[in-house]
Amino acid sequence: MTGVLVAAVLVLAVVAIGQLSNLLRLRGEIRGGEHPPAIPTERDNNRQGTLMLLFGIGLLIAVIWSLFAWRDTLLPEPAAAHGRKVDTLMRVTLALIFIVFFITQPLLFYFTFKYRGVKGRRALYYPHNDRLELVWTSIPATVLAGIIVYGLLVWKGIMYPSDKGNDDPLVIEVYGQQFNWTFRYAGRDSQLGDADVRFVGGENIVGIDPNDSRGRDDILTKTLHIPKGRKILFQFRSQDVIHSAYMPHFRVQMNCVPGMVTQFSFTPAYTTAEFRQLKHVQHKVSSVNDAIAKRRARGEDVEPWDFDYVLLCNKICGSGHYNMQAKIRVEEPAAFSAWLAQQKEFKDL
Amino acid sequence: MEAQAAHRDNFITRYIFSQDHKMISRQFLITGIVMGCFGVLLSVLFRIELAWPEQSNAFLHFFLGDRWAPDGVMDPNIYLALVTIHGTIMVFFVLTAGLSGTFSNLLIPYQIGARDMASGFMNMISYQLFFLSSLIMIISLFVETGPAAAGWTIYPPLSALPQAILGSGAGMTLWIASMALFVASQLIGGLNYVVTIINLRTKGMSMMRLPLTIWAFLVTAILGICSFPVLLAAVLLLFFDRAFGTSFYLSDIYIGGEVLNHSGGSPILFEHLFWFLGHPEVYIVILPALGITSEIISTNARKPIFGYRAMILSILAIGSLSFIVWGHHMFVSGMNPFLGSVFTFTTLLIAIPSAVKAFNYITTLWKGNLRLSPAMLFSIGLVSTFIAGGLTGIILGDDALDINVHDTYFVIAHFHIVMGLSAIFGMFAGIYHWFPKLFGRMMHKGAGYAHFWITFVCAYGVFYPMHFLGLAGLPRRYYSNEAFPMFHDLASINHLITIFAIVGASAQLIFLGNFAYSVFFGARATQNPWRANTIEWTTPVAHIHGNWPGAIPEVHRWAYDYSKPGYDEDFVPQTVPLRKGESDGH
Ligand code: HEM
Ligand SMILES: [Cu+2]
Ligand SMILES: [Cu+2]
Repeated sequence: MTGVLVAAVLVLAVVAIGQLSNLLRLRGEIRGGEHPPAIPTERDNNRQGTLMLLFGIGLLIAVIWSLFAWRDTLLPEPAAAHGRKVDTLMRVTLALIFIVFFITQPLLFYFTFKYRGVKGRRALYYPHNDRLELVWTSIPATVLAGIIVYGLLVWKGIMYPSDKGNDDPLVIEVYGQQFNWTFRYAGRDSQLGDADVRFVGGENIVGIDPNDSRGRDDILTKTLHIPKGRKILFQFRSQDVIHSAYMPHFRVQMNCVPGMVTQFSFTPAYTTAEFRQLKHVQHKVSSVNDAIAKRRARGEDVEPWDFDYVLLCNKICGSGHYNMQAKIRVEEPAAFSAWLAQQKEFKDL
Repeated sequence: MEAQAAHRDNFITRYIFSQDHKMISRQFLITGIVMGCFGVLLSVLFRIELAWPEQSNAFLHFFLGDRWAPDGVMDPNIYLALVTIHGTIMVFFVLTAGLSGTFSNLLIPYQIGARDMASGFMNMISYQLFFLSSLIMIISLFVETGPAAAGWTIYPPLSALPQAILGSGAGMTLWIASMALFVASQLIGGLNYVVTIINLRTKGMSMMRLPLTIWAFLVTAILGICSFPVLLAAVLLLFFDRAFGTSFYLSDIYIGGEVLNHSGGSPILFEHLFWFLGHPEVYIVILPALGITSEIISTNARKPIFGYRAMILSILAIGSLSFIVWGHHMFVSGMNPFLGSVFTFTTLLIAIPSAVKAFNYITTLWKGNLRLSPAMLFSIGLVSTFIAGGLTGIILGDDALDINVHDTYFVIAHFHIVMGLSAIFGMFAGIYHWFPKLFGRMMHKGAGYAHFWITFVCAYGVFYPMHFLGLAGLPRRYYSNEAFPMFHDLASINHLITIFAIVGASAQLIFLGNFAYSVFFGARATQNPWRANTIEWTTPVAHIHGNWPGAIPEVHRWAYDYSKPGYDEDFVPQTVPLRKGESDGH
């Protein structure tokens, strides 16, 4: 990595020095004074055209290089059922983007080089061609129509999941406040009690209504435990400002907005233990631990890392925004139920 | 001649209370450049923090002092403030007022053949309001609790409650005051531009003979007139919530140990109002740059712009669509998912006219005879970044995909490339190209090349890697990337970005030096140094009131007769009458 840095800086230095010498030569030309000094000469066109071509080639190489070199940093495969569809859509879209990128950018830089100005040559007078315009209006239109329809179907599948009917989801409330998260489970009666900001205070972080009997067995926790394979319906609320519940490994995000309840539902596909076994995850963990080892070698106090799903805040919410996190654990349903049974109920707090 | 002799001016009427479009253009330009320096400096400060989080740094201490960087370690509050003011300055002060203000003012009267703007007085007021607004924004950097820090999008409740973040105290009040003046400046300026373009065109200058620059400025001004008032309304209501206890945006809030007395409001309302301006705003930023580029690419390719009508149609299509796509900033805000579908549809439609523009630029280069001046290089750079950044918009505009990249560094990468870089490149291109009309001299070519290359390489070096940060799940507006172990392996990418940012920012010194030097000592410009067709090049090099010493020239053809067969020269100015049987360009 440092190598790349040094190389980049060197390239820049060379360009800069090259241009400086250019500058000095120009001063000579100004004195000589036949060609107006600020107007590019044929030699300028040659040099700049060539540089543009080289830049274009360099850009494409850098893009391809980055796809390999930085692969491990990307998020691993999704840990939720709907995430697969999102990732497939992403791959299709990325493929399309790369195709267009790798056609248009080379053309742009190649034309700049190829048609660099030469004395005495005359440009082609070619003001328009309606047929051509039609072609490159209708091709993008068709392709985009495809992408739009595909995207809307995926979106519909994620946001209107209850169309399927009889799946009894587990309802969990995710509650944001500066700068931490609280989770509320429904308890034995499977119903969340009413809540209102007027009841917030002390142990009652989320403002459960003490007069609502449904709320007495609700359970408040600071880590999010969820069972694999069961659909979870998350309801999001906030105590103070807007937060955003972001669970990147599940391809899930929804804002938590004071004054309203928002929701999102998904089905976890891997337990935490299973996810840790995935090859990409192990690569990621080892490259993170390499980075951590380097810092420990410098005497910094950083713990080695084992993978865990996380919930991040992804809407600016104040000075602690960068560190508003909670751990997510996905377990087999039996282990999940056992864990839940051990938690204190609201009335016992 | 008479007009000029009759007009006497002293230092004050000439430099401060000027009503002359050329002077006002220069005022906007210089103010914009000064604001740009602030914007870049702030970004270098927070980039240092991101590369070496929570570490002591003498540079940070020098600029932020004990208040905001005790022992040289940046405070998280000031991090958010720096990001907020950086964004605000870049989008509004540099790329809206700086860019449109400079070139609309300079080129509208010049290129349509008018002696000045329709109202010189309003034009002057427009600049003065902008100046005042800039001043207030800069002053806000120095208040005790720091400047506004809720992001340039200032979503309430964060922006409404001083308890929520330091910057929402006096800093936010100044931000609102500054932006209110800014909106007034934009409205007055924009109305003037539209009226001037519609009414003051010289004989023969039909709409279909206007240079594309003017088309772009026209649509930009209309976008501004229709959308900026909505921002004004949004921030006024925010001000009421802050100052008078109203509840437009606030409800059910417990903060600082107490329940607030607000109920019934909704932050989502603010989001709708903000983005109703916010999205057209990005086109207000980019359209003038595209107009400038069209002109520069055609002139320097010695070739007509390809598809003049299609270019106009796509500007119009982009302009009108830009009003019905704002919801793509709100896919995960909690609004009805059906609206998500609607906004995805409209958003991806914009890709069509944008693609047409990109293809037309490339075709204009094809079989040209390119004069690769610094202005031309920046214009070609713009086409490259406009394509690269536009393509990732297809991901962000797709609601299903946006779920996981919304508010991550992927967004930062996308909008910096498609809007930030493209518009800045357009602005640089315009300055290099029209410097002879601005200051009567030429900018130094060699220094221009050096500036272009370092800027271009660093621009991609800073923003391309950010796509990977975003795809790794890294949120934006994070003071430190090290609170989560899963981001530790991004440190080397963050170093790379920061080094490119520092080198790129330093390269702007070359530009500043060249600019300052050329204003006073640059080679004297000839009347039409680029051998261009548009009629600003028929005015004398030295600025005079009324622009043309004699009658305003009459226009006989479109602006793009470069290398037209049958003519010896490779350009035919708009003032040359059509020959018998010759048809008008497009
Ligand atoms: C000197 C070159 C620049 C660098 C290194 C830079 C870097 C950055 C970075 C890293 C962020 C994200 C910080 C965060 O979210 O924590 C940011 C935010 C932003 N930048 Fe830049 N930027 C530069 C130039 C520009 C330009 C030319 C524009 C004009 C459009 C711009 C507009 C913005 C905006 C609107 C934000 C969002 C602010 C917010 O989150 O509220 N920047 N910049
Ligand atoms: Cu947050
Ligand atoms: Cu938008």
